[in-house]
Amino acid sequence: MSAVAVNYDKLQKLGVEVISVSVDSQFVHKVWNDQELSKMAGKDIPFHMASDGPGNVGKIYGIYDEVAGVELRGRFIIDPDGIIQAMEVMTPPVGRHMDETIRQINAFQYVRAAKGAEVCPAGWEPGKKTLKPGPDLVANVWKVWNPLKDH
Amino acid sequence: MSENEAGCARPTGAMVGEAAPEQTQEKIPEKEIKMVIAKVGTKAPDFQAPAYYRGKFTTVKLSDFLGKWVLLCFYPGDFTFV
Repeated sequence: MSAVAVNYDKLQKLGVEVISVSVDSQFVHKVWNDQELSKMAGKDIPFHMASDGPGNVGKIYGIYDEVAGVELRGRFIIDPDGIIQAMEVMTPPVGRHMDETIRQINAFQYVRAAKGAEVCPAGWEPGKKTLKPGPDLVANVWKVWNPLKDH
Repeated sequence: MSENEAGCARPTGAMVGEAAPEQTQEKIPEKEIKMVIAKVGTKAPDFQAPAYYRGKFTTVKLSDFLGKWVLLCFYPGDFTFV
């Protein structure tokens, strides 16, 4: 969570609000912020740290581990219409990479702004080549996009 | 429209019902509520939950952020190592 905190300004510039969720109480969230996270991030956690003791929220997102009684590492990108555009679910021992999350947000925002006229191929980052879907592109992607050069 | 789960001794989070009639909400026990499982390309299930936010204890509700992008991050637990 400290990794999200240090990227919070970047996320804010992209118009993204952050909600973190675990089964811990809001009181434990406070102590975790005060005693550890703030020291790692160099500032207090700036986003909403939600508490989901019984796993009600985790269950509807399909990431609640009933046996362990904890949430799995589930990350969801939700657009301004409330539609889930991306999700990533991992078991606990491996952490997320915020650069990849931000890359995906950039891509989804680009596609949304283009209203579907352009799409972002594998590995797309701002400034890289997009594709314009249509009859002319069928079987011709190889002419305009190369996985070694453009990825 | 929102389903308020307030009144519990210990604050907990819950799914927010979508325009379900009040009386139906009261009659159906929580276990029988049709579970919405999040899928990409579909509406994010609304919820509200107690939260800690910038020094205050608050309630956070997903649908309050409609019109903005939201990064929703679940994690195994406070004070875990990763």
